[in-house]
Amino acid sequence: MSEPQAVQDGKEQSGQAGAYQAHFRVWRGDADGGELADFQVEVHEGEVVLDIIHRLQATQTPDLAVRWNCKAGKCGSCSAEINGRPRLMCMTRMSVFDRTETITVTPMRAFPVVRDLVTDVSFNYAKAREIPSFVPPAELAPGEYRMKQEDVGRSQEFRKCIECFLCQDTCHVVRDHEENKAAFAGPRFLMRIAELDMHPLDAAPESGIDRKGSAQDDHGLGYCNITKCCTEVCPENIKITDNALIPLKERAADRKYDPLVWLGNKIRRRTE
Amino acid sequence: MAHVDRQAWDVVVVGAGGAGLRAAIEAREAGMRTAVICKSLFGKAHTVMAEGGIAASMGNANEHDNWQVHFRDTLRGGKFLNHWRMAELHAREAPDRVWELETWGALFDRTPDGRISQRNFGGHEYPRLAHVGDRTGLELIRTLQQKIVALQQEDEREFGAYDARLKVFQECTVTRVLKSDGRVSGTFCYERESGRFFVMEAPAVVLATGGIGKSFKVTSNSWEYTGDGHALALLAGAPLINMEFVQFHPTGMVWPPSVKGILVTESVRGDGGVLRNSEGKRFMFDYIPDVFKEKYAESEDEGDRWYEDPERNRRPPELLPRDEVARAINAEVKAGRGSPHGGVYLDVSTRMPAEVIKRRLPSMHHQFKELADVDITAEPMEVGPTCHYVMGGVDVDPDTAAATGVPGLFAAGEVAGGMHGSNRLGGNSLSDLLVFGRRAGLHAAEYAASLTDRPQADPLQIDAAEAEALRPFSAEEAGDAEEAAGRDRGPAENPYTLHQELQQAMNDLVGIIRREGEMAEALKRLADLRVRARRAGVEGHRQYNPGWHLSIDLRNMLLVSECVARAALAREESRGGHTRDDHPAMDRSWRNINLVCELADPQCDARAADPSLGQIRLSRRETPPIRRDLLELFEKDELAKYLTDEELSR
Repeated sequence: MSEPQAVQDGKEQSGQAGAYQAHFRVWRGDADGGELADFQVEVHEGEVVLDIIHRLQATQTPDLAVRWNCKAGKCGSCSAEINGRPRLMCMTRMSVFDRTETITVTPMRAFPVVRDLVTDVSFNYAKAREIPSFVPPAELAPGEYRMKQEDVGRSQEFRKCIECFLCQDTCHVVRDHEENKAAFAGPRFLMRIAELDMHPLDAAPESGIDRKGSAQDDHGLGYCNITKCCTEVCPENIKITDNALIPLKERAADRKYDPLVWLGNKIRRRTE
Repeated sequence: MAHVDRQAWDVVVVGAGGAGLRAAIEAREAGMRTAVICKSLFGKAHTVMAEGGIAASMGNANEHDNWQVHFRDTLRGGKFLNHWRMAELHAREAPDRVWELETWGALFDRTPDGRISQRNFGGHEYPRLAHVGDRTGLELIRTLQQKIVALQQEDEREFGAYDARLKVFQECTVTRVLKSDGRVSGTFCYERESGRFFVMEAPAVVLATGGIGKSFKVTSNSWEYTGDGHALALLAGAPLINMEFVQFHPTGMVWPPSVKGILVTESVRGDGGVLRNSEGKRFMFDYIPDVFKEKYAESEDEGDRWYEDPERNRRPPELLPRDEVARAINAEVKAGRGSPHGGVYLDVSTRMPAEVIKRRLPSMHHQFKELADVDITAEPMEVGPTCHYVMGGVDVDPDTAAATGVPGLFAAGEVAGGMHGSNRLGGNSLSDLLVFGRRAGLHAAEYAASLTDRPQADPLQIDAAEAEALRPFSAEEAGDAEEAAGRDRGPAENPYTLHQELQQAMNDLVGIIRREGEMAEALKRLADLRVRARRAGVEGHRQYNPGWHLSIDLRNMLLVSECVARAALAREESRGGHTRDDHPAMDRSWRNINLVCELADPQCDARAADPSLGQIRLSRRETPPIRRDLLELFEKDELAKYLTDEELSR
């Protein structure tokens, strides 16, 4: 090319300045089993774990299976366990590790392996279908919705969820207890119920849907003993336990044990 | 081919971003059994990365706004190359599409009186973008995803099966649109998880596959953006238009190298952020082009007053359309006034209190902190242009989204061409997805319902598609077998290496500033890469094998890249997302010209194996004249800057 295109060329070379060799152990295998494979791989300044996985694909293991999309922490595709901790590979910078440290990357443990770092997350899609959807208020036409910012703010926090399913992966109710999966929707979908329950215009009560009741009775809210593991791994920093699950538990408890609250809920159009 | 599974559907939608999901909802609500096929998991499509908002003239923030103003802004942004009818439909229907999302559970940020809040953006005269902080795309995709689940719950109640009338085939890829007697008969697909092939038999196929950014090295686009729908349309015999127009978003991250290209939302500027060079100067005041002189502030004071008093002041030039800002940044860096890592400074820290920044731009705050160790509430960001969007795409009928020349094929969203002309305004993409996604779904459903006899998938085409998809597993054998023909010789090629070479070539030679010699060189390199890509070989087996997937995607990226390079070489002017160093001025005689790309030889792939031949045939076509009442929305003086004297005198 005749002259450099300044911005796009940038200063690529300086990115190589701090290059070093890292030791990676990556789980390889499928539903029938597998093992950790060892790799020496180059790391450049500013890179994240997903960059290193991509370098392995391009230079050493072209068929290494990994799920990813945006590489910017917005889509929640590249979930895995890095040194045993559930994380997004695209948001885990190499600089948080010591250069001599062995970095172990394994698939999410709570879901069945498809191949290498890719797991079968269909459990989550099945649970999503079991949560009753938003019920639009019958009396309002499109364009007539009026809501205060402070009233939508609570549900908006939960709608920041990128569905990386790390909270589902880490939750001890299902992490090593396959038998609980049928009765337990997991933090992500209990939070979805809380989101709809706090939606200022959700008309579920009018249509006979008791969101709090179904959280308790159909989706296993009672299994949660608020250890906050889900909150700790959330890459969006959503306070799942404090802002969604505990309030939902309180409301479910009110509904169950306090006849006055129960009556009030029946009479008022909206419960909050 | 008896071993390839076949399923019958009424409408097949390829892609599950905003346009695809909106199309699927409409087709299903029209009563059609509808299948959605998407490369990623359901809910992960590239739409989640949209940040700033959805443009719709609801008039919540400024009551003077209406569809005519939005239409005018859209045409100005596209330098009058837009298909006027698409721009009209888009501006008229966008508010209904946004309000509809609320009835499906979307929670937009609010105005003090409880309506949907609207924010300023480049090229929009009034605050017009409905938004949720800076994660509007996520809200859009999640709302559409949850509406699809709601429809599936209805079907579960009625038929006992969630998938009875609307099914999502996630992590599946379409490699060919099948045709019989000139009409669409279905799609050939593979499933990533198993590598299994299957055929969807359907009379109507909606392409909603998004863009082409993965052909460029520095891009804000995700891995999915390999131009699949563009290539599928070409291979099915449908033409593409406007492929020379590629939008380089002015503000991508430039440091560290691994995040280079990741988007920094235009909301940063819409909410008051400013661009400065290494000398601390707000340089955009030096880059206001003549066509926009009357509409932008001349001093920093006036620009700053505009945020509070838009009636009596003009907007700051940081809010010029994206093509203008991207070129300006490029020029500043080239002149030696760039930041240490080859960008310029985007500063919001001196413009707003830290708390406001965190509330209005939470994702940006998070992204810079996590990936670059930069606290945007305390220091400026370094930014530079990044390949973001392709204005070009499938040539469609504006009202029905039907692709030209192939009955049963429809296209909506980024894969369709025409709506945005030579440059898209920020915020007009999410609204485009909804407006034309709905229209594509509606008309695909009507078309499918209107057929009395449905085309059958052709077994020979299925066999050929299967052989094509399996080629990377026998790359070296293919080389030996065809050696006598003198083609496809040599060792197997690494698909990742080929991809990197393609990205480098497009970035260097058909990038933001273009020159004749470089584009001619690009076409040579693309031809060479195309021949080598026929020998792309993979290790391992078909189960979730990314090397194999990339080998298949390379065909699409190379086809689309040739379209971009060929059209860019032919258009000897600068307009919107096409800037020629050797033809720097906008030329009114090019205003009503579309460059049309078609496959040169649809029947035979001999051309693909011969580096001396191109696969794309280019032709010129005049755009239809803009309807008189729409032209009258503009002042005569302004029109004279764009239209030829002959057009004006009509």
